Amino acid sequence: MAEQVAVTVRVNGEEHVAVVEPRKTLADMLRQDCALTGTHLGCEHGVCGACTVLLDGRTARSCLVFAVQADGHEVTTVEGLTTPDGGLNPVQEAFRAEHGLQCGFCTPGFVVSATALLAENPEPTDAEIREGLSGNLCRCTGYQGIVNAVRRAAGRPGSEVAFDTGAEKEGAR
Amino acid sequence: MEALRARTQTVKAAPFSYSAPDSLDEVLALLDRDPDDTKILAGGQSLVPVMAMRLSRFERLVDLQRVAELVGITREDGSVRVAAMTTHAAAGRDAVSAAVPLLAGAAPLIGHDAIRNRGTVGGALAHADPAAEWPAVALALDAELEVAGSGGRRTVAAADFFLGTWTTAVEPTEVLVAARFPVWQGACGFAVEEAARRHGDFAMAGVVCGVQLTDGRVTRAALAHFGVGGTPLRAPEAEAALLGATVDQVDAAEVAALAVRGLDPADDLHASGAQRTRMARALTDRAVRNAIKEASGG
Repeated sequence: MAEQVAVTVRVNGEEHVAVVEPRKTLADMLRQDCALTGTHLGCEHGVCGACTVLLDGRTARSCLVFAVQADGHEVTTVEGLTTPDGGLNPVQEAFRAEHGLQCGFCTPGFVVSATALLAENPEPTDAEIREGLSGNLCRCTGYQGIVNAVRRAAGRPGSEVAFDTGAEKEGAR
Repeated sequence: MEALRARTQTVKAAPFSYSAPDSLDEVLALLDRDPDDTKILAGGQSLVPVMAMRLSRFERLVDLQRVAELVGITREDGSVRVAAMTTHAAAGRDAVSAAVPLLAGAAPLIGHDAIRNRGTVGGALAHADPAAEWPAVALALDAELEVAGSGGRRTVAAADFFLGTWTTAVEPTEVLVAARFPVWQGACGFAVEEAARRHGDFAMAGVVCGVQLTDGRVTRAALAHFGVGGTPLRAPEAEAALLGATVDQVDAAEVAALAVRGLDPADDLHASGAQRTRMARALTDRAVRNAIKEASGG
């Protein structure tokens, strides 16, 4: 029997204790031990961003954190972003309004990343939105609906008039 | 929930034992006990993927996260000292680190927010990926790397630190504890330029540049490539061409041509070696112009 370690993680404000192998990722702990399956696993090696959660208030890929590393820390998953009565928060509402999802697999990661982006920068430019979400992959939408959703959540709904040619980003550097 | 648990006990990494000591002495004692099968865990943003894909396996991981002295950025005489477990995000936005503008210049190019929040400066330096930004910044600035072992501490110059791909002068019984980045005084300009498939991906080619002007002449110049060799590479001929030139005399294209002389990057999936060399040349041209412009107050 492989070594097992007890870890205590505060998830969405609630203390969770789990006995895990050190090699178990935080993502697997959230899904299997906490039964919080809103956090999705795509690539499981830190490329797709589907498993993004807030760890001590900052975005982190839960597949790149072992559960033992999160012992004593705080985690917020997509389940923890809903309003107190369980409704959708403004970012989630905006994703629905702007068709920011199709199959929905990547959506929890996008919602967590977008929430963190807007908390730090409440009025991001389109270039900042794209850069802020560049760690999340979506294979359905082509990203336009997602960018529009974040624009809406930031209080400036509407679509970009032209395709992003990269010119804006180039100029910003 | 039990059914869910039973169905999904899948794991990616091979088994290992884990410890997270509070002190550096305990970390070093653990390393001494079994240096070859013990791996230091910093932010894990490179190590965990490698373990998930089972490209590497270790008997035990020693996590540095609880060693308080390994976090923080401090101003020292003539340099900014970045302790090893300082995250990329913290190094990029810290008020003290602003004295070394390349820290804020390089940090946003590393991965994505979620990676910068976890990944550490010391981890990246010790991992020594050839396409990583921090090793090139350290090399360009002649940073000093503080390395601790149970026998004491030593300082390694960046020029002697990077030995090859993923290989540094840190011995298996040692830990990189900090990097000291020299502060440049006066009219200085810096630039980091890189080309990646997507923002945040590993650079196919990149360059770090620093220039210092005195009375309109270049009195200090540093150029270091990354992503185009097994280690970051200084470009001494190009630096020599910059030194002593007035701002008007600097021919960035010529400097760039000198800077890529002798580069021989390998082909891979993302770009051929020849393509990387062309990118390095174009990026150096841009970096030199931007650094000169910044140093001139533009």
